[in-house]
Amino acid sequence: MLNIIWSVLIISGFLIGAATGNVQNVTAAAINSAKMAVELAIGLMGVMAMWLGILRIAEESGLINIISRALKPIMILLFPEVPEDHPAMGAMIMNISTNILGLGNAATPFGLKAMEELQTLNRYKDTATNSMVTFLAINTSSVTLIPASTIALLTAAGARNPAEIIGPSIIATTMSTLGAIIAAKTLQRLPRYKIKPWERGRKNAA
Amino acid sequence: MLLKSVEYVSQLAIPFMIVGIIGYGLQKNVKVYEAFTEGAKGGFATFIRIIPSFIAMLVAIGVFRESGALDLLTNALKPIVRTINIPEEVVPMMIMRPLSGSGAQSIISQLARTYGPESLACRTAAVMMGSSETTLYVLAIYFGSISIKKQRHALASGLIADLVGFLSAVYVSRIFFNS
Repeated sequence: MLNIIWSVLIISGFLIGAATGNVQNVTAAAINSAKMAVELAIGLMGVMAMWLGILRIAEESGLINIISRALKPIMILLFPEVPEDHPAMGAMIMNISTNILGLGNAATPFGLKAMEELQTLNRYKDTATNSMVTFLAINTSSVTLIPASTIALLTAAGARNPAEIIGPSIIATTMSTLGAIIAAKTLQRLPRYKIKPWERGRKNAA
Repeated sequence: MLLKSVEYVSQLAIPFMIVGIIGYGLQKNVKVYEAFTEGAKGGFATFIRIIPSFIAMLVAIGVFRESGALDLLTNALKPIVRTINIPEEVVPMMIMRPLSGSGAQSIISQLARTYGPESLACRTAAVMMGSSETTLYVLAIYFGSISIKKQRHALASGLIADLVGFLSAVYVSRIFFNS
């Protein structure tokens, strides 16, 4: 699916650019984006290293276990395949709670760490597990309580009371997170999204 | 007043977390410096793993944004969107949001310039911003980092969540802001 979306974005971008006489700008955008990606990723590497360091302290001190135990009932419901004391739980909890607080910079490192830990529980390393999909669905539904950067944007645009979007945003994001969980839990049962038997066969043969 | 306290909380959240975690570690006799450096090692490995998908996605999104494809797609979607009672000004937002956070932010600024920052269109787009995420980008980076190729129902679930967020944003904003 990503193959199709990715190709469509690039091919249609260049074709439309050519049709509107804008193709040099599109080419420049491609090259600049590639450069920018490396700069962004290098920045992320530093932030990632810092938060992973902090996370390790929280793990070794047992703080993560305490938080995990408090959230156990919800986490077990959401991620039944993950053992409750597995490091994946801690990383997912840290990711979701930093997201709720709107700390996107801290959330990404925890999220990537969570995926790494979930992968250690995965029998078929090239195939997403139900827990991974549920986790990502929650992540992509946005659980942020205070949309701080959007409020800043509206303030800059001259809105008199930009904080008024907080209430509606909380309602809408609660709906989208519930939608995400229901969608992930329902779709995982559909035959077309099952982990395919022939993949299992190939794995056993290997 | 509310805005001030919100700012205050978000400014203090990170210092509180860092100091709290290190302080608790010291209390539990954790060698905090060693633990930090041990954990931080993972940062570099993650960088190596995410950089290919990072470049792939940002190039595709950059090309798409520059080409003017957004306008074409917006016009194509308008008739459909009109039938389900979504204001057509926010259609570009619904297309851009799953692809790019900065792209979506610039659409909000544009709506604020065109219709005013207190217009229903601008407020609805702002609520959409807060109730959805850059789904495609997140999937590409998170799955790319651990070399997952078969993503199963991840894209469908993510896009359904975005759609639920968008529709909720439209209806909730109408109730809150349509005076």
